[in-house]
Amino acid sequence: MASLLEIRDLHVHLGGSHVLQGVSFDVPEGGVTALLGRNGVGKTTTLRAVLGLVPREGSVRFAGVAIEREPTHKIVRRGIGYVPEDRDVFAGLTVRENLELAERNGSARYDLVHRLFPELHERAGQRAGTLSGGQQQMVAIARALLNPNALLLIDEPTKGLAPALVSDVASALARVAESETVLLVEQNLGVVRRLASAIVVLDQGRVVHTGTAADLDDAVLVNRLLGAGHAGAAA
Amino acid sequence: MSTFVLLTITGLGLGAMYFLVASGLSLIYGLMGVLNFAHGAFLTVGAYAAWFAESKLTGISSVGLRFVVAALVGLAAGGVFAGLVELVLVRPLYLRHIEQVLVTVGLSLATVALVQGIWGSDSRTFATPGWFAGTTDLAGTHIPNDRWLDIGAALLVLGGMKAFLRYTRYGLVIRAGVENRAMVTALGIDVRRAFTLVFVIGGVAAALAGVLSGVYFTSITPGRGTSLLIFAFIVVVIGGLGSITGSAVASAVVGLSQQYVNYYSSGLGDLSVVLLLALVLLARPATLAGRTA
Repeated sequence: MASLLEIRDLHVHLGGSHVLQGVSFDVPEGGVTALLGRNGVGKTTTLRAVLGLVPREGSVRFAGVAIEREPTHKIVRRGIGYVPEDRDVFAGLTVRENLELAERNGSARYDLVHRLFPELHERAGQRAGTLSGGQQQMVAIARALLNPNALLLIDEPTKGLAPALVSDVASALARVAESETVLLVEQNLGVVRRLASAIVVLDQGRVVHTGTAADLDDAVLVNRLLGAGHAGAAA
Repeated sequence: MSTFVLLTITGLGLGAMYFLVASGLSLIYGLMGVLNFAHGAFLTVGAYAAWFAESKLTGISSVGLRFVVAALVGLAAGGVFAGLVELVLVRPLYLRHIEQVLVTVGLSLATVALVQGIWGSDSRTFATPGWFAGTTDLAGTHIPNDRWLDIGAALLVLGGMKAFLRYTRYGLVIRAGVENRAMVTALGIDVRRAFTLVFVIGGVAAALAGVLSGVYFTSITPGRGTSLLIFAFIVVVIGGLGSITGSAVASAVVGLSQQYVNYYSSGLGDLSVVLLLALVLLARPATLAGRTA
């Protein structure tokens, strides 16, 4: 399968720390690739480095084009959507304004967004800062889905959500993944197993494993790569 | 009672000028994190461009029309100068805050020195419409008409800025950028265009303050921008960095405080403003980080 995103020897230094130490992996076109690892190993930084939100060295190619020297807004306009870890909704803006801000090229897919998250239509005039965590997550995902993208970078979409909402968000992502490639950072292995076809595991700023989601069924491997807390989640 | 009314209107007039300077300053800091010490230079450039234009527009016989045309020239000069400052000096230094401070402080000093070198240190006066020098009777006191001009101009700018921020695409980008600039770029928006626009808007508003200061103080001087900038910074901190409405309220409070205290305590008005700033910071230290356009 052709690679949509190719990352080679990616390095990031932040605040004196060498956070990414030569990360290399591919994201194949179609489906969901999960980026896994313990807390603080560089998963979020990898997504931010792809978008140019942090200073980085190395090679990043998207659809065959080198993007590592481009500013963030140009990278995004090539067709990359981003759902950040902490949602980062604009609290002072209404739900409608949060979505309007994400519009580009006159191709906004409000029908899709409101079909996936009907609640956002009902709360269009409400300030995003007054929404619950789950509703804010819907806004963050909806912003990324509003435009047709070739690749979605989604960072911990189920973090802090109630179990019922985790299932809703996972269902929405599953529908999204039918038409768009997703690079997903996620701690919940149940969600990963449900959505992902490929996995990449980071440890201390390096890729330590690449494989398929079936690898998560190996409790010994999961324990070694992700720690004892995840071992029980292996099937 | 009549003295109190006069002090109130005069204080609001002074606050109006603070607001015209502070509004741009606040937006620039809120959106870009730039402490623009050159903002007073925008005021000086606008004021002197208007004065220069007025002195050359002798072909226009109507004093009022000449003043309006000269003022528009001043506003345009302030906006263009501010836009160039952003593009040439500030843009290459984003996220390098120390260098930004050094460059903007240097530009502020250089602008004052340049104006002094060309036109000298003496104050310069505009020919203004006769109505400006007249008074309006209110509650038994004679209010100088130019105070109404200052207050009206500030209210127009406040309304215009609020409408711009509320109803335009760029306004939406600026409001979002004040909250989280990185996330705005992550939505595919070139936030640098908004940066330039905010500088231009701030430059025009500061230039308007420069022109109106020539009416309020009856003359302009090379150092007027610097002296008003100090109080504008205080207004921005009290009103909340990035908040236009906060700046408007704080401008009125600072202007009124200066006038009342100056009159009732023989010249301690400036000290009262500094004490007010200290009180606000002690009671609400988060105001230094408060951001809502």
